[in-house]
Amino acid sequence: MKLATHPSPSIRAFAVWRRNFLVWKKLAIPSLLGNLADPMIYLFGLGYGLGGLLPQVGGVSYIAFLAAGTVCASTMNAASFEALYSAFSRMHVQRTWEAIMNAPVTLEDVMAGELLWAAAKATLAGTAILIVIAALGLIASPLALWALPVIFLTGLAFAALGLIVTALAPSYDFFMYYFTLFISPMVLLSGVFFPTDQLPPLVQAVAAWLPLTHAVALVRPLLFGEIPAGIAGHVTALLAVAAIAFWIALTLIRRRLLK
Amino acid sequence: MSPLLVAALRKSYDGREVVAGLGFELRRGECYGLLGPNGAGKTTTLRCCLGLTTPDSGDITLVGEPVPARAREARMKIGVVPQFDNLDPDFTAAENLIVYGRYFGMKDAEIRPKIGELLDFAGLAGKEDANIRSLSGGMKRRLTLARALVNDPELLLLDEPTTGLDPQARHLIWERLKRLQVQGKTILLTTHFMDEAERLCQRLAIIDGGRMVAEGAPRALIGEHIEAQVVEVYGEDAPSWAAREAQAFSRRVEVSGETAFCYVADAAPLLAHLAAWPGLRTLHRPANLEDVFLKLTGRELRD
Repeated sequence: MKLATHPSPSIRAFAVWRRNFLVWKKLAIPSLLGNLADPMIYLFGLGYGLGGLLPQVGGVSYIAFLAAGTVCASTMNAASFEALYSAFSRMHVQRTWEAIMNAPVTLEDVMAGELLWAAAKATLAGTAILIVIAALGLIASPLALWALPVIFLTGLAFAALGLIVTALAPSYDFFMYYFTLFISPMVLLSGVFFPTDQLPPLVQAVAAWLPLTHAVALVRPLLFGEIPAGIAGHVTALLAVAAIAFWIALTLIRRRLLK
Repeated sequence: MSPLLVAALRKSYDGREVVAGLGFELRRGECYGLLGPNGAGKTTTLRCCLGLTTPDSGDITLVGEPVPARAREARMKIGVVPQFDNLDPDFTAAENLIVYGRYFGMKDAEIRPKIGELLDFAGLAGKEDANIRSLSGGMKRRLTLARALVNDPELLLLDEPTTGLDPQARHLIWERLKRLQVQGKTILLTTHFMDEAERLCQRLAIIDGGRMVAEGAPRALIGEHIEAQVVEVYGEDAPSWAAREAQAFSRRVEVSGETAFCYVADAAPLLAHLAAWPGLRTLHRPANLEDVFLKLTGRELRD
């Protein structure tokens, strides 16, 4: 099979990234507010509402516990929405990729541009929440700045996973399966709302394989001003998901568009 | 060097051969047409030429570069007007040109000075800030043509450039394509409009079932493949008349519905005979490319 290898993406991927950035720039403020509104509702609603009923969770107030989970979950959501709905519009509905590939830009460039763009947009979303959290005094030390590269890495991993789904999608409706069957359960199993040790051992074993678990395991200690345990393992896991998922997405999308 | 050389091109999908050994060669500065019914393999051929799909076999040399091996390098010197509009709906007309130029590695400072000229050429002067959604079908087509010129290409590939446009818009596109040819551009165009091919193309290939069935200049094809005159005979009685009488006066007769097409070298005897049939209406005209096309590809519907 020729599909086993791909030409490597080139610097032209940056032109694709810039195209998406230019669209975003036109609606930057509403887009950012949109990225912030949903996680803030969860953070305040659950953090103060539910948190008021709870004793300390994991040694801190519930809202402080929830803060790291919210950062990771909204990073994941922002990357997923961009790689699913927005990328699908550009690929299928608007035929933007087709136009781009008539220029000296390859499908690999387009995909790399989309991956980096979705990761960048997710980084923006995650960072915006991080700033709000800092303003609320929920961040212990400047060590929290190390959450930024983790946010970017989380964005890359979920952007790559999202592109796989986009490569397979016949229409927008298809994305509901991904959200209901993968994203939503993952949010519950990855330590966003409660510590994973609350889960039965078998479920814990599954949760340990989920990319969001690794993101949360890195970001939460960083916000508490601690150095996370097992950094190398978590970073490797996120990098591996990003690389493998991107490779699969490329293979599928080549089959779809270059046949 | 030919701007585009295609030899023995083959491409199958699910065991069905869409392009079946097609070969042609463009001459610098000409407008060459690929003419064929729906499903003849025109768009697949263009996709192969651009390196967007890998042929099963055959050789393609596009502006001196082997395709698909060096398709990216080749596309640097190509402009494409696709069959379906894919302008960026989030951008203005000017932004569409700038963003597209970036895909060729052009700097904004290189593209900006060209925008006015390109929009002028497309008959869109002053529309720099126009929203794409506010443009008519014809305007979008012309902007797509302008976009294809942003890199000053040697060769333009146009896939059914006037499908879906009204006559005014079509004439404007034709006029612009002729201007581009005067400027020295080579044009490859696919179409199923005979008048378009006859007007624009110096040479054309009629393809059907992925094969070339004829190639040449429009007038030469008409001279070579078909009788000089056509008498169309209409009316309820036309089919029965054609069955009994037409053969005696015509070299070839085709009946489609209530119309008989009589192909003749000299129409006078037939017209004299038809004067005795007041129930039949007639139209006498010189043979055209459509007659050749229908003779070579048949009259059955292709959907």
